[in-house]
Amino acid sequence: MAEAKRKPAVGLQPEVDVDWSAYRGVMVVVEHRRDKVAKVSWQLLGESRRLADKLDAPLMAVVIGHEAEDIARQAIGYGAERVYLCDAPELADYRTRPYSRVCLHIIREVKPEIVLFGATYTGRDLAGAIATHLPTGLTADCTQLDVDDNRLLLASRPAFSEKMVATILCKQFKPQMATVRPGVFEALPYDPRRMGEIIRVESPLDRESIRTEVLEFVEAVNRVNLEDAEVIVAGGRGVGGRAGFDLLAKLADALGGQVGASRAAVDLGWISHDHQVGQTGTTVRPKIYIAAGISGAVQHVVGMQNAELIVSINKDPNAPIHRIAHYAIVDDLFEVVPALIEAVQAARPSARVPVV
Amino acid sequence: MLHMVVCIKQVPDSREIRIDPKTNTLIRQGVPAIVNPYDLNGVEAALQIKDQFGGRVTVLTMGPPSADKALRQCVAMGADEGVLISDRAFAGADTLATSYVLAKSIEKAGRLWGQPAIVFCGKQTLDGDTGQVGPGIACRLDYEQLTYVEAIESVDPDRGEVVVRRHLEDGVERVRAPFPVLITVLAEMNKPRRASLPGLLHAQTYQPIVWSTADFEDLDRSKIGLRGSPTVVSKTWVPEPRQVDTEFLKGETGEVTSRLAQVLVERLQTVQGA
Repeated sequence: MAEAKRKPAVGLQPEVDVDWSAYRGVMVVVEHRRDKVAKVSWQLLGESRRLADKLDAPLMAVVIGHEAEDIARQAIGYGAERVYLCDAPELADYRTRPYSRVCLHIIREVKPEIVLFGATYTGRDLAGAIATHLPTGLTADCTQLDVDDNRLLLASRPAFSEKMVATILCKQFKPQMATVRPGVFEALPYDPRRMGEIIRVESPLDRESIRTEVLEFVEAVNRVNLEDAEVIVAGGRGVGGRAGFDLLAKLADALGGQVGASRAAVDLGWISHDHQVGQTGTTVRPKIYIAAGISGAVQHVVGMQNAELIVSINKDPNAPIHRIAHYAIVDDLFEVVPALIEAVQAARPSARVPVV
Repeated sequence: MLHMVVCIKQVPDSREIRIDPKTNTLIRQGVPAIVNPYDLNGVEAALQIKDQFGGRVTVLTMGPPSADKALRQCVAMGADEGVLISDRAFAGADTLATSYVLAKSIEKAGRLWGQPAIVFCGKQTLDGDTGQVGPGIACRLDYEQLTYVEAIESVDPDRGEVVVRRHLEDGVERVRAPFPVLITVLAEMNKPRRASLPGLLHAQTYQPIVWSTADFEDLDRSKIGLRGSPTVVSKTWVPEPRQVDTEFLKGETGEVTSRLAQVLVERLQTVQGA
């Protein structure tokens, strides 16, 4: 027993001896809504290209939808060698049951060794259903991926409120599955001349089985989009309240950016969760990141440390945020930020003119 | 009668977990155990439906014996029954094994108190952050799956359907689904009620029902706990922040900010010129 306790790595075993060697290649399930593809899908193809090369195996994509052939072609432009396209009117809207049935059908036919999804609302919804059906292991919200010499997927993800990172393996089952956080990996440059094959898959669905109905999609206006922001001005506990965030919003406006926040500020109710950077929030890589009144806890830092230029403003000289900043100001943010707004407006008189 | 089940989990308040800087290990001592916050939104959602239409709310949790406190908290809010699914054999479960045991428990609860029309889960747990258990349960029970729900627009027990608003990155989706349905809820959905005084008094003496492996006739022991989990953690580490040569800007605020503004504006011009 003591031995078993020390080596608890014996997990779920397949019910029969399965020869997994037929499972080859990396498959990315592409997410799209109303002709717009989630960027994480292309980021996944970029990272998966590296994994597939290392495995000497094909890189494949799955596109499910209605009149989605153009998206399948885009997937090739972003690196997929083969795209499995299932195109049917009943697949126009994402719904768990039909989409998971189609994915299962493709996975069972094609036998990829790795299947990846964006860790978006839809990706998590879909991957959770598929992994249970197969069954196989699924690692959520990964921020690092690699493969080892035994073709095992090393899926690493933040754990314990992002204070640590854990590498998770699925040794006994294929495919190995993971959802991957948006904004972590880079897409390959789009190249329309890239060659690839589109393989049409008949819908295996019985229409009667589709019982859920999407009544309406209401697009959000003015929702924060940190993932695409070039400038983020973020605040934490030191901002002191909603009024402090109004001040940061002015600086963000002057720089044409968006307002971000640490979890502490979100938990205190000073700003909504859409603004949160790191730890179940968004991972960002803007050109400029200004952290004001943020101490720089690991869980925040992992969400923003890939910004090209980081500025920290914190009156505590020992705040960890200063150590990862390119420019650090040890001073009261309520002194610095108003002065900085003026200085930016002076240096950039055209700031109020919208950039076309 | 409308039967609703809410799956909850007692979690360490991970916001309070610290890393020992010397050993790079977690300091678990003194970290309070709480009901996963999103699960309380699930309890509240079920109670609101019960307030409107009547019915029965059963709260389930898989965990150690000390998780009975979490169930009592939900009973104090107004849940009818709390079931603690507890056995050493359940320990070490990943999301696949967890969803198996919870699905089996929901089936058992269904045999005792009627098939649940709605099962609620929080969108994810604070300690796991996966959001995979809800979909796993829906899949195993063959329920309709509605995740990341920010509002329940309507419940129609006669027709047996719900209309909900699902939160997505770029908008909101209105979806109609027939019973039985599994809903995972966001914090935005509601504000969990405070327990009433009679509720608190009742909860004080309330003993949750406990189910161990012996209480299930049809449990496949190869699918539970560590043994039933396909994923294993191979290592954990504390991430190193990237190395940066920090320049501390010192001096009078006006000078510091004008210099910084120059840097920022130059950087932006290269961005927009690119």
